[in-house]
Amino acid sequence: MGSIKRISKELTELTQSPPEGITVELVDESNVYEWRVIMDGPEGSPFHDGKFLVKLSLPTEYPFKPPTVSFATKIYHPNVTNDDKGSMCLGMLRADEWKPSSKIAAVLQFARQLLAEPMPDDAVEGRIAEQYKNDRMRYEEIAREWTRKHAC
Amino acid sequence: MDSDDEFMSDVSSQDDFLGTQGSDDESLGEDFDDLDAGFSDDKDLIKHKKKPYEVEYKVLDPHDIDHEQLGQVNEVCAILGLPPESVAILLRYERWNKEKLIESYMEQPEETLEKAGLGSNFEGTAKTEIVPGFMCDICCEDGDDLETYAMRCGHRYCVDCYRHYLGQKIKEEGEASRIKCPGVGCNRIVDSKSLDLLVTKDLQGRYRELLTRTYVDDKENLKWCPAPNCQYAIDCGVKNRDLRRIVPTVRCVCKHEFCFGCSLSDHQPAPCTLVKMWLQKCEDDSETANWISANTKECTKCNSTIEKNGGCNHMTCRKCKYEFCWMCMGLWSEHGTSWYNCNRYEEKSGADARSAQAKSRSSLERYLHYYNRYANHEQSAKLDKDLYLKTEKKMTSLQSQSGLSWIEVQFLDTASHALQQCRQTLKWTYAFAFYLARNNLTEIFEDNQKDLEMAVESLSEMFEKPVAELAGLKVDILDKTAYCNKRRVILLSDTAENLKNGEWSFNIEW
Repeated sequence: MGSIKRISKELTELTQSPPEGITVELVDESNVYEWRVIMDGPEGSPFHDGKFLVKLSLPTEYPFKPPTVSFATKIYHPNVTNDDKGSMCLGMLRADEWKPSSKIAAVLQFARQLLAEPMPDDAVEGRIAEQYKNDRMRYEEIAREWTRKHAC
Repeated sequence: MDSDDEFMSDVSSQDDFLGTQGSDDESLGEDFDDLDAGFSDDKDLIKHKKKPYEVEYKVLDPHDIDHEQLGQVNEVCAILGLPPESVAILLRYERWNKEKLIESYMEQPEETLEKAGLGSNFEGTAKTEIVPGFMCDICCEDGDDLETYAMRCGHRYCVDCYRHYLGQKIKEEGEASRIKCPGVGCNRIVDSKSLDLLVTKDLQGRYRELLTRTYVDDKENLKWCPAPNCQYAIDCGVKNRDLRRIVPTVRCVCKHEFCFGCSLSDHQPAPCTLVKMWLQKCEDDSETANWISANTKECTKCNSTIEKNGGCNHMTCRKCKYEFCWMCMGLWSEHGTSWYNCNRYEEKSGADARSAQAKSRSSLERYLHYYNRYANHEQSAKLDKDLYLKTEKKMTSLQSQSGLSWIEVQFLDTASHALQQCRQTLKWTYAFAFYLARNNLTEIFEDNQKDLEMAVESLSEMFEKPVAELAGLKVDILDKTAYCNKRRVILLSDTAENLKNGEWSFNIEW
């Protein structure tokens, strides 16, 4: 299948005209399936001024199977697992929701948008989601602190 | 699914267990007429008079199911004037509720189409095209000879990608009725016409199979036969709410007899709910019940079960610290110094405790009474399966030894089948009886049960005679077989009638 062609095209587009706050490169020039993404914390969010390293892996069946996105930089966020995996659960990345015409750019933009506006109802970290809903001040405080500690 | 409440308030509904074959082909009004006629005894038109415990049903093979789907699609096509592949999508969306679909389409056509994953554009035919200057958004290939396809939503991709996408959905995800257009955010459902155009024959077959599966799953009146590798489905009008008053046993073409209500093997005369409770109870209790009964007593204060594993009769409950005598179950403090010889038989605390104990023991004994008989018939039914295999051998050797013809030894097959069926029934009479409160009806029931049991045991005995004697017993065996079957019909009819009329009283709420 033409998956290499498609991936190369997406990579070119993303490097030539990167979306706001997102830069991408290959981890290893000879492997188009592993990407390194630097995501700037969106302005107005407690992650502002932080630079987050995000790993994006494409399955060999891409674009028929969805990519996986994980945070290599620790982040205090309801939708990112608070472990060494830093997995992110995005609805559009679920096998049955994924469409082969979806683009990586859209995935990354969606992920960055999620930093600005968490979705506590689809949380992977229930405790953080709870705090986000009930004690926003404290949530932002911790998130800012983590950003300063891990992402600056 | 209809709620129980509805059932309770709807007294007249007790007559609609019957259902009608293929009732979906008729309008609701006709449905009711048929249902009413179902239980009336004077409907002599029916040649084979239905017994009270029998329900009406129809066995459908995959072809029939396809045919049924097609029939409904065509019917709705004629009413709505839409293409069949679109109507199929609409019907699946509404779970084959034609009336609901037609109503919602008449009221809000646009919304209905949109919700089901269809557009309102029905122009054009499904065909692949070569579009100059086209680049596929999925694989990024272009080229002047690239064949492409788009559904009516207009999202166009190369045929290779489209095909790969559909193949993955069908083969890997087992999806059929909800495959969407590959376009981002597009909710159009891929219709069968597009699919047939794009994928190979065997994938088309798999697709239809998956669609048929969802069709049967979606319809309350259809159920797959649970026998392994069986491809038939049963069409029966018995609803969930009817299951308190009827035990709908059906028999598939593959010969498997099962309950349409819960898909378990035939469990007449016991209703589904009781069967479920009974099985749960057996799972929880029977393994250990025997041992507990033999080796333990309960603390008279907190009812904890206690095993005596040492010599002393002075017991202290680990849980509630109650001190008592193992022999008489009385308070230890009333014992004085008579440590090992309990001579206090008539003391009050001891007598009370013993009666409480006796009560709890007797409830266990009661359970074991029914369980042992249930399990015995289950075991015998298993042996009957071996017996069935042996029967065939017996029949062959009987043919050669006695010079009887094949047709003349068939009575053994008949007898063997009757034995199995009667044991299955007997087994469940014990589970049923466990939940029955005692009254006159129960006594009649137990008499019927006893008659059937005695008949079955004596047939079983005859059946095990050496081959040489069997030919001489033919008439006896035939008589006994007929008698067993008759007793079974009587028992089941009587139980079913009472169940239908709500005459039984039970010792539990269900």
